[in-house]
Amino acid sequence: MRTIGIRMPALAAAVLLAASPAAAQTNDVQALRQEVEQLRTELASLQRQYADRLAALEARLGAAQGAPAVPAVPPVAEVPAGAAGAGPAGPLPVYGAPTAGSKIFNPDIGMIGNFLGAVGSNQGGSETIAPTPFMTLQESEASFQAIVDPYARADFFLAVGEEGIEVEEGYVTFPTLPGGLLVKAGKMRANFGRLNAFHNHSLPWIDRPLVMYNLLGGSPDEPDTGIKDAGVSVNRLIPAGSLFLEATGEIYRGDSGTLFKTARLRDFAALGRVRGYVDLSDDANLETGVSYTRGHNDLGSGFITELYGTDLTFRWRPLSRAIYRSLAARAELVWSRRQEAPSLQRAFGFYGSLEYQLQRRWFVGGRFDQAERALNAAVRDRGVSTMLTYWPSEFSQIRGQYRRTRYGDDRRVANELLFQLLFTIGAHGAHPF
Amino acid sequence: MRMLVRPVVAAMAAVALTAVTATAQSKVNVVTSTEDLASIAREVGGDRVNIIALARGVQDPHFVEPKPSFILAVNRADLYIAVGRELEIGWLPPLLTSSRNARIQPGARGYLDASLNVRILDIPTGQITRAMGDVHPLGNPHYWLDSGNGRRIAQAIRDKLSELAPDGRASFAQRYDDFDRRLAAAEKRWDAALAPYKGTKLVTYHRSWPNFMDRFGLEVIGYVEPKPGIPPSPSHILALIEEMKRQMVKVIVVEPYFSLRTPQSIASQVGGRVLVLAPSVGGAKEATDYIQLFEYNVRLLAAALKDVTGK
Repeated sequence: MRTIGIRMPALAAAVLLAASPAAAQTNDVQALRQEVEQLRTELASLQRQYADRLAALEARLGAAQGAPAVPAVPPVAEVPAGAAGAGPAGPLPVYGAPTAGSKIFNPDIGMIGNFLGAVGSNQGGSETIAPTPFMTLQESEASFQAIVDPYARADFFLAVGEEGIEVEEGYVTFPTLPGGLLVKAGKMRANFGRLNAFHNHSLPWIDRPLVMYNLLGGSPDEPDTGIKDAGVSVNRLIPAGSLFLEATGEIYRGDSGTLFKTARLRDFAALGRVRGYVDLSDDANLETGVSYTRGHNDLGSGFITELYGTDLTFRWRPLSRAIYRSLAARAELVWSRRQEAPSLQRAFGFYGSLEYQLQRRWFVGGRFDQAERALNAAVRDRGVSTMLTYWPSEFSQIRGQYRRTRYGDDRRVANELLFQLLFTIGAHGAHPF
Repeated sequence: MRMLVRPVVAAMAAVALTAVTATAQSKVNVVTSTEDLASIAREVGGDRVNIIALARGVQDPHFVEPKPSFILAVNRADLYIAVGRELEIGWLPPLLTSSRNARIQPGARGYLDASLNVRILDIPTGQITRAMGDVHPLGNPHYWLDSGNGRRIAQAIRDKLSELAPDGRASFAQRYDDFDRRLAAAEKRWDAALAPYKGTKLVTYHRSWPNFMDRFGLEVIGYVEPKPGIPPSPSHILALIEEMKRQMVKVIVVEPYFSLRTPQSIASQVGGRVLVLAPSVGGAKEATDYIQLFEYNVRLLAAALKDVTGK
């Protein structure tokens, strides 16, 4: 490439020199100009041809070298010849700029800071809702993600609190199994309903709705509620034409918050979910699912808690204005049947929420939620929230939420103003859907 | 009972027959990230391939939602063609993982990164941080907007299809040669149409056009976005207007997925005009395939530049 670069101007100069006496003889400046212009075009086209041919040659070379299925060298991006001004020549590291070869295999690392603030009266006389402190770096999420080998990838999400670190999720995924199966093993947020699998930072609200605290195993000291446990998840697509249909079966150890407790090895928890999705148009889609899970509760091996759930999500996002406008409507209903010594506690909870994107950076939303308590279904808590979200960039988010909760046990009301600042550093994670 | 047997057998036979026909005409199922790659793959593959493009041409290819319906498409793919250079980093990885398709996982035979043998611009040198906005550390991913790169993508697709479906090798080679000829003829037209405006300065909304502008010798002096992926701010707009006035820049090129409000107000301040070009096949009604995409953009751009330069 460089030799060509040097030779070309030399060649051009020689041609020009040879051409100039002829032009001088005719004394025709116009003709000379035309000739120079013509030469210039020819030179440019020659250069382009060389660049194309070199690129083609390199492509062939690359194809010949890259023939084995498992390349001996990590994937590199070649800067093709002819890329004038394109920066450094030669191979480029794919995962950043390592100083040692071993760093190339380091996982993608990301960190999402989650700074929370709250004001208002949170003296509702209830211990159901995790009280939000005045200010806290509540739970930041560290993520480590990489491909393990040709058969598996691994994802770790660590919840980093102000005082400790907990494995939020850590699992291996086998995406290339026969039979169209997708298998995960490790600690995971269970696929119960829609919301349970969401990480805190990808929620459309600052908090989680009451139903997750009351029925899915929340407790006052555990603001990050939901079913999460160590287990295995098997997932398969069900052929149904253009309809997306997916069935999931999961088995867990049987320890999850205050929901499931295991006393013996065989007290595991099981879960099943069927999820359907259909595109209504290029701009709108509908997703729905039914879920079931059962496990042993804190009263002992003889006592089972079962949860039934159904969820519905409608999304609208006009394709050509996708970064400016969108709407999502969600609803989720959960029924709990908890075996207790004399009888059965049947509790019900739900939430409905709407988010609308006004502009590229502004979102508004509202949520209504209501849930009876799993341990005492006679007590019903109700909440209403409104949200306003601002995105300075793709990597940070500022959100305010007004939350009014009417607790069922003593009819007291809590009015709170929550504030959240999310900020992401490191690897560019995928956007949640 | 007997009355039932006949229709059942007939139905089974029909099913068996359709199955046989289906295998006889087995096509390569290709899924591409964008409509540009789909169009080039169609040129090379012809009727030996079935092609689905995930992102539409009117869509910002950085922000595509990984919809479950895409999982269905990727699940059935024999070949996935990605733009690469981290353009799809926000949406492709989860789609590939949940596709349950071993054939198209990165590193497998059925995964083609179209960017590996093309001419890439804007590869950052030195330290890069997100203070520069949403920079692409591996270079500008909008490389298909240079028709020379289109040719290289077509070569890569030809070779990959020949590897996956050796029966079609001759057909792919012949179709590629045909595409190459038509593209070369069209390139002459485009070069001629824009030749009078070589060196003309422009402003674009996002950094989608370096390969296109470089190909035709046009100079981009600024962007409506202060930094890649960051929406325009008032101070940046004021500075841009000053700079456009100083350098007598009259044309602002905008992608169809950005709001026209800010570009229009800038244009009215500098006495210029806003030009919505198609960055991808399908980005405008007339941009029906890869060659038409350039036809459309070159025609619009040449007309606009003729107006403002008077050449």
